[in-house]
Amino acid sequence: MTSSIAVDIVDVSKRFRLYHEKLTSVKERILRAGRNPFEDFWALRDVVFQVEEGETVGILGRNGSGKSTLLKCISGILQPTEGKVVVRGNLAALLELGAGFQPELSGRDNIYLNASLLGMSTKEVERRFDEIVAFAELEQFIDNQVKFYSSGMYVRLGFAVAVSVEPDVLVIDEVLAVGDENFQRKCLDRIKSFQDEGRTIVFVTHAADLVRQICDRAAVLDDGRLIGSGLPGECIRMFRELLVEADAAHEAAWPAEPGGTEGVSGEGEGPQEPRVAGFRPIQLVAVDVEHPGSGTRPYLLPGEPLSVHVAFEAIEAVPDVIFVIAVHNKNGDLVFGSDTEILECPFDAPKGAGRADFIFENVPLLDGTYDVSIGARSRSGGTVYDWREQQDRFEVMNPGRSTGIVDMRLRVEVRAASLS
Amino acid sequence: MTDVKNDRAAMSSDISTSGDDADAASEHARVMQERVARAAMRGPKVTRVVAAKIALRPRIVELWRSRELLTFLVRKEIKVKYKNSVLGFLWSMLNPALTLVVYFLVFSLVLKNGIPSFGIYLFSGLLIWNFFSTSMTSATSAVVSNGGIVKKVAFPREILALSSVGSAAVFFFFQGVVMALFMLALSHSPDWGDMWLLIPAFVAIMVFASAMAVFLSAVNVYFRDTQHLVEVLLMVWFWAVPIVYAFHTVQHGLEKLHLVWLYLVDPLAPVILTFQRVLYNIPVYTEKGTTTTVQLLPAHGVIWYATCDIAVLVASIGLLMGALVVFGRLEGNFAEEL
Repeated sequence: MTSSIAVDIVDVSKRFRLYHEKLTSVKERILRAGRNPFEDFWALRDVVFQVEEGETVGILGRNGSGKSTLLKCISGILQPTEGKVVVRGNLAALLELGAGFQPELSGRDNIYLNASLLGMSTKEVERRFDEIVAFAELEQFIDNQVKFYSSGMYVRLGFAVAVSVEPDVLVIDEVLAVGDENFQRKCLDRIKSFQDEGRTIVFVTHAADLVRQICDRAAVLDDGRLIGSGLPGECIRMFRELLVEADAAHEAAWPAEPGGTEGVSGEGEGPQEPRVAGFRPIQLVAVDVEHPGSGTRPYLLPGEPLSVHVAFEAIEAVPDVIFVIAVHNKNGDLVFGSDTEILECPFDAPKGAGRADFIFENVPLLDGTYDVSIGARSRSGGTVYDWREQQDRFEVMNPGRSTGIVDMRLRVEVRAASLS
Repeated sequence: MTDVKNDRAAMSSDISTSGDDADAASEHARVMQERVARAAMRGPKVTRVVAAKIALRPRIVELWRSRELLTFLVRKEIKVKYKNSVLGFLWSMLNPALTLVVYFLVFSLVLKNGIPSFGIYLFSGLLIWNFFSTSMTSATSAVVSNGGIVKKVAFPREILALSSVGSAAVFFFFQGVVMALFMLALSHSPDWGDMWLLIPAFVAIMVFASAMAVFLSAVNVYFRDTQHLVEVLLMVWFWAVPIVYAFHTVQHGLEKLHLVWLYLVDPLAPVILTFQRVLYNIPVYTEKGTTTTVQLLPAHGVIWYATCDIAVLVASIGLLMGALVVFGRLEGNFAEEL
């Protein structure tokens, strides 16, 4: 590969001092000198990671895992305590849309100010001004003071300015979940065209679907450490597993109240030691995909039935288990999702092996390979017992010549309008 | 069931070397190569390092790159300051004008200091003083009051302090215009031949103000007392420079103690004296009704004034470098402290 490194994160650690009481005046500092109570908190620990030029990388992690801190270190808002980040090319950070807006100034003035904060030259802003205004859909209001804008207008303007910067490296923190659906689609389109133009994108999100959709690679952070990186699907699985483990640890640390439906309530081992971290009362053992042509051909035809057989093992009796199924296409779009709660099929799992069969009476899909994800969770959704992310798949082969994704059953009549 | 097993072998991702995956991988590699090629078309890229300690030189380079941002911030500061006030921009004139009137009434009518054309004398000094004191007060709180941006946007933060100095400089020029009109009305002629002296003098004071601004804005993030301290300090400073009184009144006392140099080490003093020398342009006058001549301004040639200003400039450049180093050390924790 001829590619080079766009963002090189070298042994980055970041320490925060958590003061129990913030002392900001000289008097307080002198009076409390030497016994200024604080705790060290390492938000990032020895993170080594490289992002190649043109790559889109999603960073996954639980709340407080250090994702945002890492982004701030990359964008230069925070300086790492140890290590360094080397960024090749112009960088723009979208940490909060419209962060630099001055409410007293007009939209027009704010575009200039904000674009220049993000490192854009005046000439460039002038050249792209109309485009920015059109993207933000604010043609009528551009000379109004920003303080009179609705929050939607505010955010749209912020995004429009930020993406017009055309940076070599774009850093995004959870800001894509704004605006109405139309605007979100526009944002995604813009991101995709950024990718096509070979710009590097690093972004943080909780939305695993988004990572699957647009990322080339992903990384998972936990407790300030990088615990894995690789293909999006693998990382999402790792991230889900992390959530499952965290849940199990949480359950172990804080046993559910008596009568609760949570699985590990029997494990009351004292609140301090989450020793059974990773304990899963329900484990998915195997998933098989079956269709009428199984054994003779590896694909199914549009409209054929499909069964997904899930074998699971209950380590102990678990009341009210919900099994979840999701089908994604190759672009990561969710094609279908459902669960036994929606299908009104309650199930109390006794100890021992069991199986769940999802039977699709017909699969109205055209060509493509589809990933199947299976999960088991509690009814409230608070506890995920187990999750198999995209480990199984099926393929549909269309013998007909219609194109698209869905096999929409079509009947056609063409005739001339009768004159009489 | 065996059928299903066989089928699964073909369909599940356990077999990672299936033809489909290999195709996908090579497709991905091709897409990436195309992207990289397009990225390369955009020309060479600058490399930036984020670390706990960044050397002075790259910081200055970064500052220079953001010079356009500086003009926008200055413009913003001026626009925002007088937005929604009825008299708007006039306040920037009215405020110093009223100060001028008050000092004029006190020192020429009540205390009778005998300086001829005292209004012009006063204005020459106040011009510089207003520039310096407004830069100081607004720069000290520049980083703190812009906390919202500092926490969310990456840019050289020194710009915030410099923009305070910049907007003070804009007001300085407007006041300069008012002063010119004032002199025209009183048909007071400045020293046209030595007008150029104002340039090194103003550049010197601007660099000095920038050095102070950068230092104070960073320190104020950690010690919020700084802004109050600066106010007090400015009050004392005002009386330590010849604005409302003449240089000669302190000169004799200082000469006896051999401390004239100490008075002139204050970077503001030579600059103010230069402005008075050029704009006020009455170095020597004869007291009314007597034959006693009074040496109002230092009895030196233009070269002496120029040398003093250049000395201030050189020292200020050194101070500015030092201030940038201090700022760099303190900057790392700004986002956390705000």
